[in-house]
Amino acid sequence: MKHTLALLAENYPGVMSHVLGLISRRGFNIESISASPTEEPDLTRISLVVEVSTQDELEQIICHLEKLVHIIKVLDMTKEDPISREMALIKVSGNSNNRGEITNAVDIFRAKILDVHPDTMVIEITGEVKKVDAFCQLMKKHGIVEIIRTGEIFLSRSPQAAAKQIK
Amino acid sequence: MLLTGGEIVVQALKKEGVDTVFGYPGGAALPMYDALYGSDIRHILTRHEQGAVHAADGYARATGKVGVCFSTSGPGATNLITGIATANMDSIPLVCITCQVASSLLGKDSFQEADVSGITTPITKHNYMVTDVNILTKVLSEAFYIARSGRPGPVVIDIPKDIFSQTAEFEYPEKVQMKSYCPVEEGDPAAVEEVAKALAEAKRPLLFVGGGVVLSDMEEAFAQILHKTGAPFISSLMGLGSIDKSKPLYLGMVGMHGTYAANLAVTNCDLLIGFGVRFDDRVTGEVSKFAPNAKIAHFEIDSSEINKIVKVDYKVLGDLRWSLPLFNSLVKPCDVDPWIEQVKGWKQEHPLHYTDESPRLKPQKVIEEVCRAMADDAIIVTDVGQHQMWSAHYCRSTRKRGFLTSGGLGTMGYGLPAAIGAKLGCPDNEVWLFSGDGSIMMNCQEIATAMEEQLPIKVFILNNHGLGMVRQWQRFFYEGRYSHSKHMAPTDFRRLAEAFDATGITVRERNELDAAIAAAKVCPSPIFVDVWVDDDENVLPMVAPNEALDNLVE
Repeated sequence: MKHTLALLAENYPGVMSHVLGLISRRGFNIESISASPTEEPDLTRISLVVEVSTQDELEQIICHLEKLVHIIKVLDMTKEDPISREMALIKVSGNSNNRGEITNAVDIFRAKILDVHPDTMVIEITGEVKKVDAFCQLMKKHGIVEIIRTGEIFLSRSPQAAAKQIK
Repeated sequence: MLLTGGEIVVQALKKEGVDTVFGYPGGAALPMYDALYGSDIRHILTRHEQGAVHAADGYARATGKVGVCFSTSGPGATNLITGIATANMDSIPLVCITCQVASSLLGKDSFQEADVSGITTPITKHNYMVTDVNILTKVLSEAFYIARSGRPGPVVIDIPKDIFSQTAEFEYPEKVQMKSYCPVEEGDPAAVEEVAKALAEAKRPLLFVGGGVVLSDMEEAFAQILHKTGAPFISSLMGLGSIDKSKPLYLGMVGMHGTYAANLAVTNCDLLIGFGVRFDDRVTGEVSKFAPNAKIAHFEIDSSEINKIVKVDYKVLGDLRWSLPLFNSLVKPCDVDPWIEQVKGWKQEHPLHYTDESPRLKPQKVIEEVCRAMADDAIIVTDVGQHQMWSAHYCRSTRKRGFLTSGGLGTMGYGLPAAIGAKLGCPDNEVWLFSGDGSIMMNCQEIATAMEEQLPIKVFILNNHGLGMVRQWQRFFYEGRYSHSKHMAPTDFRRLAEAFDATGITVRERNELDAAIAAAKVCPSPIFVDVWVDDDENVLPMVAPNEALDNLVE
């Protein structure tokens, strides 16, 4: 079972290391983590995707995260069906022989070519994780030189900001 | 008023009502120690930083106040680690101020630099690195608040040397409010009502007391619940300082070295109510076979403890100071005579026992004899190992906060410094320490601290000339292959004590014990009594690891 958690934390040095340390020491399985500042200057938001086998395990993760002093709130976004996105930058082998095929795929996936080198191309793709996965899969046959992915971020469809849910 | 960082630390301690701190100075700590010079805060110079942190821990456990310790950077701070982890496992409120190399030297692998906040993150409730003198006051007030509120725990503040010399306005907040940290106090009364209802319906109820009752000073409320319900009860190691062991319905400590009655009661009860316990593996044995026939209720302040190990049926999240009195007001006498008869039968037919026939003194006997000499309000401290379990079994009931032991981490060497802290915190109470010849050597240097402060700590070393608990496991589970668990060069603890100008007595024969206890009782300064006991005695009962609790060797 995959769950998406939104952590609202005080913007304080070391908060990310506290979160990561907790996750590794308690042996929780995480698929991705990504942090950034928010609309509130003193608030950091961490997007976390965890893989759990039971509801109890999920509750344990949430309770332990909330116990960290600088974590204000942990929201399980899964039920809300949030809008989710990930971005990837992919450097793929591309020359005059296959460049047309790659460009085609880029169009179909509504990705973007950022840079072209005689032997490689750098492509940006944004979308749901599945779409990014599918595109990466498609690029494999051309030879992927390197990939970097941001990790999943997500936002609820509700008109209210997550930060407003803090009591 | 503008104060230097060092002065701010001293003033903050006074605002927090701290009268005694434990520590060890060093290069990076010089400016802070300079601010301490001439202040009316009592500083106890231990002989090792580990001694300082365990002493602060013993002080905190015995008094209920926050224990404070200081260290210098690098090795000074890393020497605190074992003590911080000890306090963290047992939820003991500490504030540890570790001095750090100057800001300009940070991250350069400077002399005596260590990443203290990195190292202590997994073993603290929280930690701070102060990089601006203007937030020092805020950090100090938050640290004390975090350490003592909610589920207590150790907080580390790492302060670079230059911060102590910089100045800032000192205005200490009356009340701390943090957006991100709001410990639960009162929970849902309906949850308490449900447990009371379940208790009224239970045929085989069992109450289980843990360290949370000690930490919240709720012994009295728990005793009232026992009195009102007439339900049988058991204790974890950490709960021992909160109960009257002489009660007929006290079935004993539960777990790996639990009594027959306590372990059988857990296995057969239909409702187990835990108060401030965390269902540690030393308590549960094989989790799938723990209380297999019971609904489990859990009174707990820390939500992450609920369902961590044992899946519970009723959770009462909140401070015991709220939930216990409420529960007490709701419970009724349990009408469960057949169950009471059964547990009393187990207790009578399978009491704790040992055979006292060998020519050597039995350690259990020594503990019983020593306890007879203690004042009613004496504080008992233990180290870790066989003597610790025998102390749990055979020590008399104590005053509240009167049984100090490293439960969760099981730290050998905890005892002597913790006894020093306890005696300084409670100067009017006798402090007796049970230790072993293994444990005492891990912090024996602290007898110098006890001498310096003239603390009449009565140390009984149950000397089995080796590492008794290790040997017991080797005997039981490794076919008697005693790998490195015997002390081949014996230590003369009498002469060790005398080297510090303290008193030492050796007891080799039975007939020497009474006189040694009498001497310890009246000794005005620290005393080591080295009691040679049967080397091969086992701690029994015992449940092998990952076995069901009722599968015990008696």
